[in-house]
Amino acid sequence: MSLWEYANPVKFMATSGRILPAFAVAAAVVTLAGVAWGFFATPEDYKQGATVKIIFLHVPAAMMAINAWAMMLVCSLIWVVRRHHVSALAAKAAAPVGVAMTLIALFTGAVWGQPMWGTWWAWDPRLTSFLILFLFYLGYMALWAAIDDPDTAADLTSVLCLVGSVFAILSRYAVNFWNQGLHQGASVLRAGAVTGADTEEKVSNVYAVPLFVSMAGFVLLFIALVLLRTRTEIRARRIKALEARARMADA
Amino acid sequence: MPELGKYAGEVLAAYGGSIAILGGLVWLSIRSGAKVRARLRAMEETRK
Repeated sequence: MSLWEYANPVKFMATSGRILPAFAVAAAVVTLAGVAWGFFATPEDYKQGATVKIIFLHVPAAMMAINAWAMMLVCSLIWVVRRHHVSALAAKAAAPVGVAMTLIALFTGAVWGQPMWGTWWAWDPRLTSFLILFLFYLGYMALWAAIDDPDTAADLTSVLCLVGSVFAILSRYAVNFWNQGLHQGASVLRAGAVTGADTEEKVSNVYAVPLFVSMAGFVLLFIALVLLRTRTEIRARRIKALEARARMADA
Repeated sequence: MPELGKYAGEVLAAYGGSIAILGGLVWLSIRSGAKVRARLRAMEETRK
């Protein structure tokens, strides 16, 4: 069995139709469990008070905002190199999910920042690169909507995706490149933070465990939504093909 | 409901806004999926 088999829309539809219900149920259960655990069953932090509960949304959403763009980049490269339509349609399907995740990360970050930093927004490297990533998502979706020919749209959006990847990487590593700004460095997805091997402050397990559950839920939610939306895009493409065939027959 | 203290407004706004965005995304994805599927089914039945 090869991964390239799924470039065939019929094969993709058959397999995704079988696994989508399982992913949908798992996404709902794990996301609700992680978010509810974080909201209802974690204590207030001695510095942040109850605002610490916002991390159970902010961190998973920010992680998926970047990972969604990474997935779109891989799919775009597959389209550019191998011209598999399912790949281009999967990238298109992921963009609205990615923009929603970016919006949640920006919104929850602002709501947390106001009481903790004393400001809703700062032109900090990570915040700014995240805002630019959000604008790239909007531009990517607008470009798909603006071009009638799907192959041309896939070509141009693939180029845009490659360019926007700079900001996806920056939004993850900006705090490492420029040691300035308000946003702290990684405190969860750092090997030493989990094992206790490094000397920097690590997130207590009281928060880390529900946070990992919430992150797993957001990953499952992303997969379920991308599968569902890719299936819709494949069907929409089939409708266009049938309409074109009908016009040819009438002519 | 947990005790949220003086930051109740911020925490509830963050959760409410995020749930609204995620709920809207899921609802729109399911609705557009159902619409497109019904339209394709109708077209393919017409062709038969």
